[in-house]
Amino acid sequence: MTGYLVRRTGQMVLTLFLIITFTFFLVQAQPGDYASFYVLNPDLPPEVKDQIRTAFGLDKPVWQQYLIHLKNTFTGNLGVSFGNFPRPVLDVLAERVPRTLVLFLTATAVSFYIGFFLGKAIAWRRGGLFEYAATISGAMLFTAFTPAFALMMIWAFAFKLGWFPVGKFLDPLVWRGADVSANYVFGNMLLSAAAFITFALLVMLCLKRFGRRVPSVVAFPVVLGGALVIVAVWALSGIGGLALDIVKHMVLPVATLTLISFAGTMLLTRNSMLETIREDYVMAARAKGLPDKQVRDRHAARNAMLPIVTSLVYSLIFAIDGSVIIESVFSWPGTGLTLLQAVRSEDLPLVMGAMLFIGTLSLLAHVIVDVLYVYLDPRIRYQ
Amino acid sequence: MNTSGPVAPIPTPEFGVEIGRGRVRFVLARLRLMWRSFRNGWGIFMESRMGRLSLFTIIAFALMAAAHPILMAFVWDPATYDPVTGYSFDQVEQPAPPSWKHPLGTDPLGRDVLSQLLFSTRSEFVLGITAALVTVGIATFVGAVAAYYGRLVDSFFMRLADLIIALPAISLLIVLSALFHLNLFYLALIIGVLGGFGGTAIILKSQALSIKVKPFIEAARVAGGGDFHIIFVHIIPHLLPLALLYMMFTVTSAIFAEAVLSFLGLLDLRMSWGIMIHTANTGGYLLGGTRYWWLIVPAGASITLLCSAFYLAGRALDEVVNPRLRQRND
Repeated sequence: MTGYLVRRTGQMVLTLFLIITFTFFLVQAQPGDYASFYVLNPDLPPEVKDQIRTAFGLDKPVWQQYLIHLKNTFTGNLGVSFGNFPRPVLDVLAERVPRTLVLFLTATAVSFYIGFFLGKAIAWRRGGLFEYAATISGAMLFTAFTPAFALMMIWAFAFKLGWFPVGKFLDPLVWRGADVSANYVFGNMLLSAAAFITFALLVMLCLKRFGRRVPSVVAFPVVLGGALVIVAVWALSGIGGLALDIVKHMVLPVATLTLISFAGTMLLTRNSMLETIREDYVMAARAKGLPDKQVRDRHAARNAMLPIVTSLVYSLIFAIDGSVIIESVFSWPGTGLTLLQAVRSEDLPLVMGAMLFIGTLSLLAHVIVDVLYVYLDPRIRYQ
Repeated sequence: MNTSGPVAPIPTPEFGVEIGRGRVRFVLARLRLMWRSFRNGWGIFMESRMGRLSLFTIIAFALMAAAHPILMAFVWDPATYDPVTGYSFDQVEQPAPPSWKHPLGTDPLGRDVLSQLLFSTRSEFVLGITAALVTVGIATFVGAVAAYYGRLVDSFFMRLADLIIALPAISLLIVLSALFHLNLFYLALIIGVLGGFGGTAIILKSQALSIKVKPFIEAARVAGGGDFHIIFVHIIPHLLPLALLYMMFTVTSAIFAEAVLSFLGLLDLRMSWGIMIHTANTGGYLLGGTRYWWLIVPAGASITLLCSAFYLAGRALDEVVNPRLRQRND
């Protein structure tokens, strides 16, 4: 297992290296170069243009530029963003990355859970009205044109009903008198979310230790109590209102991304379950007289999960692309919107930085899914 | 070297290399076989409701695409109805709601929405089909070659496919649109290349692997067939049904990608469904909700309908290509 992990991480680093190389030569292949952002200004005299080119290192041969680019990238120097001038790309990204990650991770986790749960249920009870409705609406959500669907969500829930704000990350009116920065509040929110997840996982682990017979009646209040403590701390901290404002802005994008991506998992779970149900071991479990729910969850669904985890890679990529679209429609200032704005203003260093992050995120997702698969399927043993 | 006298022609053992009548008969027999399997497949395809529905939708859109040049030539005045430069002077207020002269109203710039819709249909088809042909051409070749040669060739192409799958396509296309001027043809080419070296290649390779071990490949090799002959005459024809299936899925993703990029305003196109929504969105008409429905519903519904029609056609074809699925649905 450790050997496999090491090898897989090695492969990832190699692929990352390939991506960096690819993007570097892409910039070389395009008409113009990094300096054209400045050099195209007709007011500049030629010698200043030459100076700018020299400052960017464009007078050196390509292989030398490539080596410098590699060295800079691996030492974390992604250059300075033209659009946000004095700020380095890494600084801009460090601010935006957590926002994307929250959107992406929440939506992926929720949509996977809902999709798996629904798919399991509709496969178990075939032919009902529920199956029909779930399949049709799932397929429609899956094929809907994402931007149009997102705009419709904004129109319905933000504009007509007025439940949520229309877009953006926060409401300036709420934040006007605040003496803390949005990043500080958001960072603390992330910390408390992480603390809560760790707590919930710990409770679950303890339960496993004491055997399956401990009823969930005990576990649920404990987890709920943990959540209440965190909420209480936020309410007393004085910046609870600001955090609530961010949460309000988050609900609609996360819900939209969840809605468009859960259907894929649901339809796949249904198909996979339908095949698993016919297996002999499911019939054996039934013949033993096990309760229906236990046969479904412990015998059929566990095995039906394997192809779903394999295809999780595709749905993760789908969610990454989806989050780029969702961010641009909701003006959610994450990496996707940053990428788009950088593309529109020809801010090449920021484009490359954002793409590097998105590439790394998808590669990481790929590796995590692979490792998860080994953990889930005991038949597979990697050396 | 200096042998004299007539040399008897050595009969080539390879099938299908004879010239003259034999060759013609061989081709005819092959065509008849193809026609029969096509008729069988067609029957299965038309049996499924999904197949009929999707085919009907695709034909309806094809008719729409064909209708535009005819309407422009005979019915519509280009000054008013041109999808890009037209302006309807007869309306006082733009965007105007649907009327007899403009069945789907006009857009914020005073152009006829129906004309835009029909005009864009053609370019969606061109884009989708070009991308699908490029994808399938590359993927079939890569799949067959990787399966046939195995070893280094195989692992090279499969690692490449893994790499491409791991990249989010829309984000990559956004970056490419920053660096190059993407028009319809380049977009189709890029989507085609990404699809062809990516996931489709893996699927076609696994199919080719199962063909490679069939006895007739062995027979062809014993009869003296070269590598290229075996790949092109014996392996690739068996990949084509599956390739056709993946053409459908590529069309869906190409149309979707084009719509998203046009919606974000990143493509160098004259008119498309995505641009229609982009125009309505930048004008701020979308939050009018149902009031300006003709600005978003026709284009949005067309994208969804055509995408899902090709997707469903793919699913119905899946039943033709994959007999196992057919039995399960009975």
